[in-house]
Amino acid sequence: MKAKDIIKNGLIKENPTWVLILGMCPTLATTTSAINGMMMGLATAFVLMMSNIVISLLKSVIPDKVRIPAFIVVIATFVTIVQMVMQAFMPDMYETLGLFIPLIVVNCIVLGRAEAFASKNTVWHSLLDGLFMGLGFTWALTLLGMVRELLGTGCFFGISIIGGADGMLLMILPAGGFICLGFLMALINHLRNRNVKKA
Amino acid sequence: MNLLNISGSPHVHSDESTKRIMWRVNMALIPALLVAIAYFGMSALIISVISVLSCVLFQWLIEKYIMKVPSTVGDGSAIVTGLLLAFNVPATVEMMWIVVIGALVAIGVGKMAFGGLGKNPFNPALVGRVFLLISFPVQMTTWPKVGGLFSHMGISATITPDQAVQLGVDATTGATPLGIIKEHGLDALPQAWDLFIGHLGGSFGEVSALAILLGAAYLLWKKIISWHIPVAFIGTAFVFSAILYFVDPIHVEVIDKVKQTMGTVGYIDPLTTILTGGIMLGACFMATDMVTSPMAKSGQIIFGVGCGLLTVIIRTWGAYPEGVSFAILLMNSVTPLINRWCKPKRFAC
Repeated sequence: MKAKDIIKNGLIKENPTWVLILGMCPTLATTTSAINGMMMGLATAFVLMMSNIVISLLKSVIPDKVRIPAFIVVIATFVTIVQMVMQAFMPDMYETLGLFIPLIVVNCIVLGRAEAFASKNTVWHSLLDGLFMGLGFTWALTLLGMVRELLGTGCFFGISIIGGADGMLLMILPAGGFICLGFLMALINHLRNRNVKKA
Repeated sequence: MNLLNISGSPHVHSDESTKRIMWRVNMALIPALLVAIAYFGMSALIISVISVLSCVLFQWLIEKYIMKVPSTVGDGSAIVTGLLLAFNVPATVEMMWIVVIGALVAIGVGKMAFGGLGKNPFNPALVGRVFLLISFPVQMTTWPKVGGLFSHMGISATITPDQAVQLGVDATTGATPLGIIKEHGLDALPQAWDLFIGHLGGSFGEVSALAILLGAAYLLWKKIISWHIPVAFIGTAFVFSAILYFVDPIHVEVIDKVKQTMGTVGYIDPLTTILTGGIMLGACFMATDMVTSPMAKSGQIIFGVGCGLLTVIIRTWGAYPEGVSFAILLMNSVTPLINRWCKPKRFAC
């Protein structure tokens, strides 16, 4: 397996949000603004990369029957690190994301990559996979957050760019999240399919 | 050559078509539109025109460039959506651009995202309206006249319905003094009559129950709608609010014992309930949407009763003063279930 393929898989071809449709709970709940989405994505990306590395290292040690609890313990370790670091250095962001940081433990992308990739591949490939799956998740959440923030409040990363307009409140409410996610997913998959047909 | 055309029954078709039905619905909406223009002036007409044009334009653009199918703009369904959407917004200047967003959501999200007319689970005009109501709460509840006074009537308001009606009617006279004074001179009926011909405040298509009933009568006569949904809807709202009203009618009492403030408590009377807000418009034109309401007559009754109950529940205990649009959308969402439960009779069985 080539490194290039792993990178492409994570970012586009098997993008966790747009293609695998995994981790929908943080995707919809934390993307009320671009910066929230980005921080959530980066936190997940860190956990994903570190847990992939450790699980890949331990793959011959972990007995097959108890692999899920073992994976969870490894993932929970890194989530705790992320949580404490955020609480110490970004208390506001920690407050905003709230419960969704500890919930990374049960994020199906993290567990999914551990089960499907890290427990079968080399450390180097697992690291790449974790990092780029995480970045794929990050760009998806940032894009969704950007669109919702722009439509909902008229701001771009917290800076008002539509003077005086309040924006459409619905877009930062959960219902707007679903609508926005659906249309973005349709658009991105349309573009992806068009590229596939060309190739 | 296929000379023998083998097909299942029915073999004899009427001349009904989607196009004809939709244009008749448009015809039926004209009285309400005329009343709205008479009461609110040209802004009502301009908003209606903008709403209809943007609905038609968005449908045409989506069909041509996104779905790449032959255009169905000619069937008039986008015009129905545009008119109903316009009837659901207040006739203020700000609405002239906000209604364009509503049209995009109504057509784009409410209809075309599901595959076009006939495949939409929710009434497109209501999807647009609810989107606007939640997204632009201030603009959508700034009525051009004294309005919204009934919004807190269920719990407590510092104004009596008598005063409210007077205020409302006073404000209405501003638009066309002649028309109102004439109507006033003609009758000595209770205030409900004022509500019947054109009640205070409100989205502009909701103002006149009379004009709406006129349109509904036309649709009934042409057999485009059946009486089941509107009667069940309005009847349930009437009965349910009557029960509440007789338990605790509107009266003035001390609401703050420390400050000795007087306030109105209790529930609105049933006649006011069915004549205010969007019940008439919703029951006659939006709940009866063929695509999103049950097919069987028994199902339609269940649908109407559900709409009526939910409307009064939302109005009385909900956060929003008006519940018609939410009630209809909620019942739209259970229409497939109702359809499974109450199947229409099949032909030749």
